[in-house]
Amino acid sequence: MTEHSDHPVNASTQYRPGNLVRVRVDAPAGHFRTPTYIQGKIGRIVALCGVFPNPESLAYGGDGRPAQPLYRVEFVQSQVWPQYSGPAADKILIDIYQRWLEPAPAEEPGGSDDHS
Amino acid sequence: MTIHNGYDGEHNEAEHNHPGMVGDAELGYYARRARAIESLLVEKSVCTLDEIQEMVDRIEARSPADGARVVARAWADPGFKARLLSAPEASLAELGYSLPETTPKLVVVENTDEVHYLVVCTLCSCYPRALLGRPPDWYKSLAYRSRAVVDPRGVIREFGLELSDAIEVRVLDSAADLRYLVLPRRPAGAEGLNEAELARLVTRDSMIGVAEARTPEGAQTG
Repeated sequence: MTEHSDHPVNASTQYRPGNLVRVRVDAPAGHFRTPTYIQGKIGRIVALCGVFPNPESLAYGGDGRPAQPLYRVEFVQSQVWPQYSGPAADKILIDIYQRWLEPAPAEEPGGSDDHS
Repeated sequence: MTIHNGYDGEHNEAEHNHPGMVGDAELGYYARRARAIESLLVEKSVCTLDEIQEMVDRIEARSPADGARVVARAWADPGFKARLLSAPEASLAELGYSLPETTPKLVVVENTDEVHYLVVCTLCSCYPRALLGRPPDWYKSLAYRSRAVVDPRGVIREFGLELSDAIEVRVLDSAADLRYLVLPRRPAGAEGLNEAELARLVTRDSMIGVAEARTPEGAQTG
């Protein structure tokens, strides 16, 4: 992401609860808060937790702008860990900043989420 | 490898000694590093030594007993429980807890007969310190942080709780700006107890979600 001197205070909110998203795969130099184990996985937005200064900017003395909508995203455990041995309903929830999310592809082959 | 027994040792005392109490030569590597960072922060006027000490004191003043008081009130008072779940900071103020403005936002999640939450921070050791004080050492261990997400039921079993497959396990990886407190299930047999008695059933581990609250019988024997 290129830093501009006139970047907006807040990024506008792109997702709503229920939306399916995919976590971007990236390993930017320096500090980031998106665990690598969840990158590339598809999850569902559960809630908008608020809008927070971007920690990847704050960590290096930046102004944290544009501030990032932070979402609680729910993933089905068996889709995160192929060897997961627990019940199909088990989930993992992670708070992820908007700049790490992208809309999930319309059809995910092999997806077993029953959307119940 | 069990997380609970191997990592639950006493915290290294040198880590939170106050400045001037121990000579540098007696401090371990991380304590010396912390002191060096502290000196730099003061030299560069980022903050004062008093401000650092005030924050240390504030965290040291909190313990799981504070969280237990909050949980006991929620068990005893359904109205408070509803407010705790919907607006945690405001409801804590009712009990006299004012969280500093710099404190990350607190979220309270409720364990029920259908859902069991477990909290971890895989990236570091995010924890609701403003209410519970410092996290236990095992919470910061690589073993807990890596295994809690992959095998939460196995980790919970090592803490002594076998969860039915009918209960949905939800791991919360608090990797960002929120801190999570688990409101454990009220144990059976606690109907006649007052708030102080209820609070004695609430363990630190039950507020992280690796265990349930103690039963009145369990509290008497253990």
